Amino acid sequence: MDDRLELSALALGRQIRERKISAVEAVQAALSRIRETEETVHAFVTVDEEGALRRAKQVQQKIDAGELSGPLAGVPAAVKDNLCTKGLLTTCASRILENFVPPYSAQAVENLEEAGVVVLGKTNMDEFAMGSTTETSYFGVTRNPWNPEHVPGGSSGGSCAAVAANECFFALGSDTGGSIRQPSSFCGVVGLKPTYGTVSRYGLVAYGSSLDQIGPIAKNVSDCAAVLEIIASHDPKDSTSLKRTDLDFTSALLDDVKGMRIGIPRDYLGEGLDGEVRQAVLAAAEVLKERGAEVEEFDLSLVEYAIPAYYTIASAEASSNLSRFDGVKYGYRAKDFDGLHQMYKKSRSEGFGPEVKRRIMLGAFVLSSGYYDAYYLKALRTKALIKQAFDRAFEKYDVILGPAAPTTAPRLGESLADPLKMYLGDIYTISANLAGIPGISVPCGMDSRGLPIGVQLLGNCFEEKKIIRAAYAYECARACRAAQQGKAVEA
Amino acid sequence: MANVISDETMEYVGILAKLELSGEERQQAKKDMERMLDYIDKLNELDTSGVEPMSHAFPVQNVFREDVVTNTDMRDAMLENAPQRRDGSFVVPRTVE
Repeated sequence: MDDRLELSALALGRQIRERKISAVEAVQAALSRIRETEETVHAFVTVDEEGALRRAKQVQQKIDAGELSGPLAGVPAAVKDNLCTKGLLTTCASRILENFVPPYSAQAVENLEEAGVVVLGKTNMDEFAMGSTTETSYFGVTRNPWNPEHVPGGSSGGSCAAVAANECFFALGSDTGGSIRQPSSFCGVVGLKPTYGTVSRYGLVAYGSSLDQIGPIAKNVSDCAAVLEIIASHDPKDSTSLKRTDLDFTSALLDDVKGMRIGIPRDYLGEGLDGEVRQAVLAAAEVLKERGAEVEEFDLSLVEYAIPAYYTIASAEASSNLSRFDGVKYGYRAKDFDGLHQMYKKSRSEGFGPEVKRRIMLGAFVLSSGYYDAYYLKALRTKALIKQAFDRAFEKYDVILGPAAPTTAPRLGESLADPLKMYLGDIYTISANLAGIPGISVPCGMDSRGLPIGVQLLGNCFEEKKIIRAAYAYECARACRAAQQGKAVEA
Repeated sequence: MANVISDETMEYVGILAKLELSGEERQQAKKDMERMLDYIDKLNELDTSGVEPMSHAFPVQNVFREDVVTNTDMRDAMLENAPQRRDGSFVVPRTVE
């Protein structure tokens, strides 16, 4: 493998600006890595070799002409396959969109391209982002680069695996109930879900619209902050997009947590949490404490209600959002049918996989008359209570620290047999989507099987900077410790 | 209390969801849904009386903008993805007898 593939996105960007490597060479290196790795990892649904090389040439010309000077100009990246890319297949890992070529790009992708980033291709995911393992993809599973017998997590499993396998320098994912943070934890990379509305959802194929948020997946915290700075923007095309004036996220990359108040929810350390994960997460908290943060445990409450509330709301929104796939304007249409209604039904029944159908049915049920109040409205009231619990917590703490997932990556094939059990794995990530708050997952160790563990930091709405600062300080401390241990071994 | 979903309800949900499930698929879907609803019933432990349903994490107001065309005519580009098209239109089975 070309050593330069191990560079961070920002370090590569610097080398490109200093003419040590060209954008074309960077793309060639990434493509050659993709060719040698994909057989095992299968992180991509589509690799756009020709388009990426063409685009790299254009970007290099602009860099040479002084028209592009941003920190990530010329850097090759990957994009989750539920983000529309103009002229490039966008499938949501579903048969129903197997032939869909969008006539426009998502705003987040536009922002990347404006900054000179080169899109290499589209990454695998759970079908329509519904799943926690990337095993529900119509195009086959993605494997965890740390151990191909294990899943990469999901639903942004392809994006996280691609970053972990050095197939790209960073990637975009989407997070509806933990789909960026959980696979980042399983793949040993850094993934950030921003405050709801920070990144425009225009061109993101909708799953649970009130919960969906696009975010960066990268090799370190600095890259994550830099990518978020580029993709975050107010967009009139997304009516839930926020007008924020504090998008200078890289200004929060400070190795200083003195006096920062960090709370660890006791409810996140109880039953169901793997012992090794618990130990690694608490050790991470200890590191921040040594660096001057004030760390204490507290009761967040309502944690066990987040999953049932989430699956009610997300399924309801999904059943409504996915009604657009009817075989008329785009996507798969069944071959034989008798009349319009059967065309809809057959196209959808043949086009969607089992997990997607399960959620559409549940969603249709909880929204149907007679059940709407008992299920859907009840879930929305619960959501309000969960939000209040976070509001109370953030009166006392700057950052909430806990695990990103109860275990490390499960083995392939272990999760799908029991959907409810799989849903329970979302317990630590899901509340952030209900409350709209930002969260980041940062690698904090390995279990005895050599699989990565992630620590999750949650912040109050609009306070990405606090979690970025805490994550960065932790990362610095960890690097420093590793260097010292290296020296001790040498001595 | 364990939820039991009748075949009629499954039929009705299938109509709402525009999904046609085979016999076996339908039995599995019924079982999955009953189990999920049992789990969701956990929410009934919570007293939510007087709590307003929150559809959005922030108080979002209606967002208005001027109704002006900002993109160009993309008819042909949009039709590129149509499963069947003719004379600049989507082709669908007959809808009116």
